[in-house]
Amino acid sequence: MSAHCPECEAEITLAKPMRGEIVVCPDCGVELEVTSESPLAFDLAPEEEEDWGE
Amino acid sequence: MKLAVLYSRVRAEEKLLFDALDARGVAYDKIDDREVIFDLLNPNPWREYGVVLERCINHSRALNALKILNDWGVPTVNTAYVADICGSKLLTSTALVRDGVPTTRIKVAFTPESALQAIEELGYPVILKPAVGSWGRLLSKVNDREAAEAILEHKETLGSYHHSIFYIQEYIRKPGRDIRAFVIGDETVGAIYRDSPHWITNTARGGKASGCPVTPELNKICVAAAKSVGGGIVGVDLLEDPERGLLINEVNYTIEFRNSITTTGVDIPQRILDYVLAVARGEIKVI
Repeated sequence: MSAHCPECEAEITLAKPMRGEIVVCPDCGVELEVTSESPLAFDLAPEEEEDWGE
Repeated sequence: MKLAVLYSRVRAEEKLLFDALDARGVAYDKIDDREVIFDLLNPNPWREYGVVLERCINHSRALNALKILNDWGVPTVNTAYVADICGSKLLTSTALVRDGVPTTRIKVAFTPESALQAIEELGYPVILKPAVGSWGRLLSKVNDREAAEAILEHKETLGSYHHSIFYIQEYIRKPGRDIRAFVIGDETVGAIYRDSPHWITNTARGGKASGCPVTPELNKICVAAAKSVGGGIVGVDLLEDPERGLLINEVNYTIEFRNSITTTGVDIPQRILDYVLAVARGEIKVI
């Protein structure tokens, strides 16, 4: 399954996408979140906030 | 009985946990914390869960969700109490000191002037850390008075109010590494060294993981630290002081373990599920 990076429009293929999964665009390096599995769709991942962590 | 996994992002850890749940045939719901609504007068949908496994990335969301769930009587891993203590380095330090668990020297002050005095009492270098924070963010190694004055002024002027709770830690001349140990219940199940030429050794900041044997001494101090913050599943960070030996640095409550499964040889997600399912069955009481 493939979809385009919303930042650079590169085509990204994932074998087993999972909604909420974070992937890195192999072309532009931006972090993307899988927002839909079928059809596959990406959005820019949320930016790190001050209280993120372990 | 059904489980729930409360999460923010599906990282490598969450995938491994979902795969482990699927492999065991455990019924569970995935709950995205961005979509969740808690109706405080209607706990029944949540009481159907034998346990909620918390995997949020935001500390504030995790803490508040866990508090609601625990007050409803819903068991969680970890509990709101553990999240509250571990979410604050200051509260973690006070718990460790209260229980006599070896840890680093810490001074706390509320104004730049008193913080500067505290820093000079400890002696340079010192580490300034936000009381709430993770992944090595906004840590400062303060080498002299000029740097101290600048950083304290910046923190007071540019930071939100909690950056003026000055948490000052002595600098430990560790051997180019620290230790991350994984405690599940009453056992340290594995540990790694995190080597880095930089004084910040978090793997999130480029520290390289290698195997660390779990000695009886390491197990004892880690389990003591875990109990001190309320137990459950925690990641304990330790520093090796040349004179005093092992000292607890921090305790983390939503552990990241992707780099540690191969290194430790321990199937950490399966061990987590062993514990979580025991809580669901009522064999381990968490609240």
